[in-house]
Amino acid sequence: MNEMTKITTTLKDWETDQEVRWCPGCGDYAILKAVQRTMPDLGADPSKTVFISGIGCSSRFPYYMETYGFHTIHGRAPAIATGVKLANPELDVWIITGDGDALSIGGNHTMHLLRRNLDCQVMLFNNEIYGLTKGQYSPTSRQGTHSPSTPYGSVDRPASPCAFALGAGARFVARGIDIHKNLSDVLKAAHAHKGASFIEIFQNCIVYNKDVFEEFAAKKTAAETQLHLVDGEPMLFAKGEKGLTLNTQTLQLEVVDVSDGDWQAAGVIVHDVTNRSVAHMLVEMQFGEFPMALGVLYDDPRPTFEAQVVAQNEAAAAGKIPDLQGLLSKGQTWTVTEGGPEL
Amino acid sequence: MATALKQEEPNNPSPEGAENVVVRFAGDSGDGMQLTGGQFTLSTALAGNDLATFPDFPAEIRAPQGTLFGVSAFQINFGSRAIETAGDQPDVLIAMNPAALKTNVQAVRPGGLVIADEGEFGKRNLDKAHYESNPLEDGSLAKWQLLKLNISQLTLDAVKPFGLGNKEALRCKNMWTLGLALWMFERDREPVVQWLKSKFAKLPDIAEANIAALNAGHAYGETAEISGDGLGGGHLQHHKIAAAPAEPGTYRTVSGAESLSLGLVAGARLAELPMFFGGYPITPASAILHHLARLKEFGVTTFQAEDEIAAITAAIGASYAGSLGITSSSGPGIALKGEAMGLAIMTELPLVIVNSQRGGPSTGLPTKTEQSDLYQAVYGRNGDAPMPVIAARSPEDAFYCAIEAVRIAVQYMTPVMLLTDGYIANAAEPWKIPDVDTLERFPVSFMTEKPEGPLLPYSRDEKLKRPWIKPGTPGLMHRIGGIEKGVDTGHIEYGPANHQVMTEIRRDKILGVADSLPDQELAFGKAGAKLCVVGWGSTYGPIHQAVARAGADGKDVAHVHIRNIWPLPKNLGELLKSFDRIIVPEMNTGQLKTILRDQYLVDAKPVNKVSGQPFTIAEIAAVIEENLS
Repeated sequence: MNEMTKITTTLKDWETDQEVRWCPGCGDYAILKAVQRTMPDLGADPSKTVFISGIGCSSRFPYYMETYGFHTIHGRAPAIATGVKLANPELDVWIITGDGDALSIGGNHTMHLLRRNLDCQVMLFNNEIYGLTKGQYSPTSRQGTHSPSTPYGSVDRPASPCAFALGAGARFVARGIDIHKNLSDVLKAAHAHKGASFIEIFQNCIVYNKDVFEEFAAKKTAAETQLHLVDGEPMLFAKGEKGLTLNTQTLQLEVVDVSDGDWQAAGVIVHDVTNRSVAHMLVEMQFGEFPMALGVLYDDPRPTFEAQVVAQNEAAAAGKIPDLQGLLSKGQTWTVTEGGPEL
Repeated sequence: MATALKQEEPNNPSPEGAENVVVRFAGDSGDGMQLTGGQFTLSTALAGNDLATFPDFPAEIRAPQGTLFGVSAFQINFGSRAIETAGDQPDVLIAMNPAALKTNVQAVRPGGLVIADEGEFGKRNLDKAHYESNPLEDGSLAKWQLLKLNISQLTLDAVKPFGLGNKEALRCKNMWTLGLALWMFERDREPVVQWLKSKFAKLPDIAEANIAALNAGHAYGETAEISGDGLGGGHLQHHKIAAAPAEPGTYRTVSGAESLSLGLVAGARLAELPMFFGGYPITPASAILHHLARLKEFGVTTFQAEDEIAAITAAIGASYAGSLGITSSSGPGIALKGEAMGLAIMTELPLVIVNSQRGGPSTGLPTKTEQSDLYQAVYGRNGDAPMPVIAARSPEDAFYCAIEAVRIAVQYMTPVMLLTDGYIANAAEPWKIPDVDTLERFPVSFMTEKPEGPLLPYSRDEKLKRPWIKPGTPGLMHRIGGIEKGVDTGHIEYGPANHQVMTEIRRDKILGVADSLPDQELAFGKAGAKLCVVGWGSTYGPIHQAVARAGADGKDVAHVHIRNIWPLPKNLGELLKSFDRIIVPEMNTGQLKTILRDQYLVDAKPVNKVSGQPFTIAEIAAVIEENLS
């Protein structure tokens, strides 16, 4: 996000007059509401906010935000956003994308946006399926996913969005769940981070991949299955009865039991959002053996791409006069007069 | 120069005594032939000759030494009259090794002068060039004047005082050769000396060694002439080509890639917009990115993207945000950008797409020229996706075409394709530097005020142009995208009647660009001629020369050169219908021909060449002859 003057708005100011066209019950509705609810809290200015999307169900999102919006082409939102932000670094840019859009057709752009560290928020709606094209398996679908294009089950291993992002050089990686009340906190943290903020949001496609995240998203078992990470707090879950520790022999995370709330005795580690090594372990944790890590997994800003480009442009231009006539006349010239050429 | 130097041009319409000479330097790709040619060009321009050049180099950066496929050549045609092509046949070939001789000597005019570095004609190099016997000794070069010089040894002798290693010393061969060439045509060495001093400012020994080699080559010419030493049948004499008549003004030499880049900068200034240029490295388009990357003080931001698609989409994003978005590539990269061009058409954002054409399809001939992307430019997108197309004919013209492309893009809110090619991009010619105050300004105005009624981002002016609204403008929030737009509102709209109307609006808007174009003029001849030769792009030079010569010979022939490929000038159909016959020479298999037939139902006949080499004047002249008999 940018340093900007905070302005006062309400949720209504962020809603458009357009009819929302997602399937009834789609997780996208919850995410849309969470964003519209969060924007006033951020003090954001609708006229300086741009939502840029690719193609897919999630990418219809900009039409429903009363901001500037650009619904682009499949996979290319990060590249469009790069041009927007380089042309006007003052804009607050949000990229809305999906698992197919960001990791399949647009995987290359996602990688380069993150490594360059363009200042923007990337919201990847992961539903592990191609919804808008009627249910083919996606790059995040689990092995064995049955779909119209994989009637005998998919054979390829899924991509892990957060591991991909961190591997690509992201300086902010977070996870949220569409209907989870904490999604707003994740959005705020992402917006507060200066640089590319990558957020994976588990989004329920109720038509083609219903409840695929139920094992960890279900409310009644959430305490056992979700680890909510908070900077400076111990990595505890299951009502404080379990936690994560680092096995210094194997250099791997392990789940440990915590007795009587004495997490220190159990060796539970404290979450440090700037610890890149631990972040790599958190994004690699396999659900089942481990809880699903949610919240801000990693947050350690460094200079943004557009700021560095602007700084270099200014430094290179410093002291030079943009004299077009002089530019055209550069190099060795000669003058022809009525009498002939002379140097 | 040798007595037979004057080109035999029976139909030459030039004034009495005017002459021209074609020189080709050829050597290994590591021999520095492009540098030699470039410096010779500068000296020639400074001597007041008109000129045109044709650099011809392999796709490999350093092909194995001495091989046939590693030969790099540079041809220059210069004279005391107007020069429009790099010349059909070299009068002089300077061959630095057997491979260079083998791949180039057949092009030399019979009776022309061949200078060969005999120091490089050992068995090893002869084998690499697949020569069974030494052509310098076996009489196989009898139809040319042959001059054998041990340039390698002469260079080593000249640079001996500088104590360079053998390899480094031999690198000065090209400067020895250049020195000889400068002597042959009475060119001043001083600009080259200055250039060497600045190029090797940090390596003064290397600079001095190169200057010594240059001077030695020059001195060799003087001495050989005085002693009348006719080695191997070739006579070394020098020859002055007088300055060509030129309009008064200040001149410089410019390559197409340079002038096109300058035109884009000028266009952005005339539109009063910052420029955003997104590019991805590709031959022969990269030079434009390189030129622009150094011009930050002109409000230019360059972005080397992760791929061709990112290059164009970032440019679209920048245009959306209020900059002039530009992207550039060559055929394969342009193909990748196709979908994004459709997005720019649908969202009606200004954008300039430069295509430096090369031989295709696929990777094709990366360093050779062709005009085979015309269909791609005019038709190559999904859906009914009309886009203006402009084609530059020469390095000089590329400057003005770039400005024109920017003008159309911002005045009509549309992507525009600007076609150039490998030949124009690399070729250099003298350029009369324009006075920037005489260039017409076309400042852009953005929509900044909230209208009284509803905001209509797809409402239109009399040109059918929609407003350009920058994100960040208070109160004008709206959404755009690649899905079909509702008339005026720009909201998502799939209705059948709406799509019909919007498709027609997009078509009519682009056809309306023709209202802003001048009438098609004749480059030579008159309407109603028996034969009209129609061309576009870099074939201008050979066509114009061939037609002008035929015309001077009393033949009823005209030349029409089309710069605006889409939309076509409004009077073109009527003009074409006035001719008895129409032929269309193109470096493709007949693409403009198809468009002309389609648009005007005229019997345009194709004349095609797809060898990776430009047309020669003689080839066009032969076709004219054939069509008039």
